[in-house]
Amino acid sequence: MYFTGVLTIAAKDLRAEWRTREAINASLAFMLVILVLFSFAFDPGNPEINIPALAAGLLWMAYSFAAALALNRSFARELQNDCLDALIAAPIPASALYLGKVLANFVLLLAMEILSLFIFSLLYNVKVATHIWELLLVIVLGTWAMAIMGTLFSALTVNLRLRELMLPIMTYPFLVPALMAAILLTDALLHGEPFGPKNTLWLKLLAGFDIIFTSLAVLLIDTVLVG
Amino acid sequence: MSAAALEVNNVWKYYGDFPALRDIALQVAPGSTMALLGRNGAGKTTLLRIVAGLSKASRGSVTIHGSNVRDESTRRRIGVLGHGISLYDELSAEENLMIFAKLYGVANPKQRVNAMLERTGLERVREGLAREFSRGMRQRLAVARVFLHDPEVLLLDEPFTALDDRAIAVLQSLLRDMSQRGRTIVMSTHQLREALELATHVAMIQRGKLVYAGERKQEMLDDTGWLYRTYGEN
Repeated sequence: MYFTGVLTIAAKDLRAEWRTREAINASLAFMLVILVLFSFAFDPGNPEINIPALAAGLLWMAYSFAAALALNRSFARELQNDCLDALIAAPIPASALYLGKVLANFVLLLAMEILSLFIFSLLYNVKVATHIWELLLVIVLGTWAMAIMGTLFSALTVNLRLRELMLPIMTYPFLVPALMAAILLTDALLHGEPFGPKNTLWLKLLAGFDIIFTSLAVLLIDTVLVG
Repeated sequence: MSAAALEVNNVWKYYGDFPALRDIALQVAPGSTMALLGRNGAGKTTLLRIVAGLSKASRGSVTIHGSNVRDESTRRRIGVLGHGISLYDELSAEENLMIFAKLYGVANPKQRVNAMLERTGLERVREGLAREFSRGMRQRLAVARVFLHDPEVLLLDEPFTALDDRAIAVLQSLLRDMSQRGRTIVMSTHQLREALELATHVAMIQRGKLVYAGERKQEMLDDTGWLYRTYGEN
């Protein structure tokens, strides 16, 4: 029943998003605008600018900014018609409701990120295919980190008038370790370095962040939603 | 174990320093229909939200058939109709009901959803998106959602407010059916006539305090203002 609840919520969110395309359109457009604007700022054709040194940071900055837009909608969409009350009243644990939303957000963000990764490689002339599987692993772990933290704070800020502002303000400080690990790992992979003793610690940190904060969020979500 | 379907034990609720509910103690017997009355801001919605497990009491407790209201097994036995219709505009009528049928673990969900769509007169528009429905159709769909899992205890907050005639008829017919099958109903309302016709018991809240709880009396039906004059504020 727990997983039925998780999957029902995730499928509901994805179906609703597919019909309206509110978060997809806004986030994807924002992500692409950031990448294009930075490609003007740091001319990839200029030999004096070391694009590979900036690329990982730019990529994750675009990912995290766009994620804030998409994650804002996660619980906010439940306010329409008081749907959140019906979900809280339903006989599923609050953590199943939360994980369903995390899963939907994760799938949504991951799809947008993979799409923009290839646009990024074209715009900045960066080879992403060299260690594509390792890169995808980092993106998956980093995206999960953004999804769990963003969804938790989306629940926490859902009734605030300034939630669009409060969500990134509250989420980014917590995401610093995960984003730092993701940027450093991505940087190494874009420079052609595979996972090795030098960056294993960052990979462990990223995976550890996901495990610890997923567990914490699952424990806290009932208090966040019901008080 | 308590024999009451619903037991509210000395519940207090504070919003900051303001006591929205003050020491509410109330028992609702299985199979009874209770009309929860009171003026705007008296605390009816706050009490219903606590009973439904949507909000926590600052002090005191609520049990439904002797179990904590936040237990999953207890929530399966409750149906809640709040102020909102709790439906997704971008999903169809059938999709909306299927979501809640799955969340409530309804056996044969497809069959049950079809039955509820038919009962509420929405079977022909099952694939229509909720946002394309008229207000009355949306209200009937909301009613279908609440009765979908055949709840043992129904909690209705102002159920007749803003309903069109057809939705009121559907709701009254479903409530009578539930009542005949021994289900427990608690409804807060301003529509005294409709509520008192269905109610077997009445509770009245005034400024967060329970001022009356007991059987519905004939004089309440004969003169709907009697209750407010006798127990309410001047």
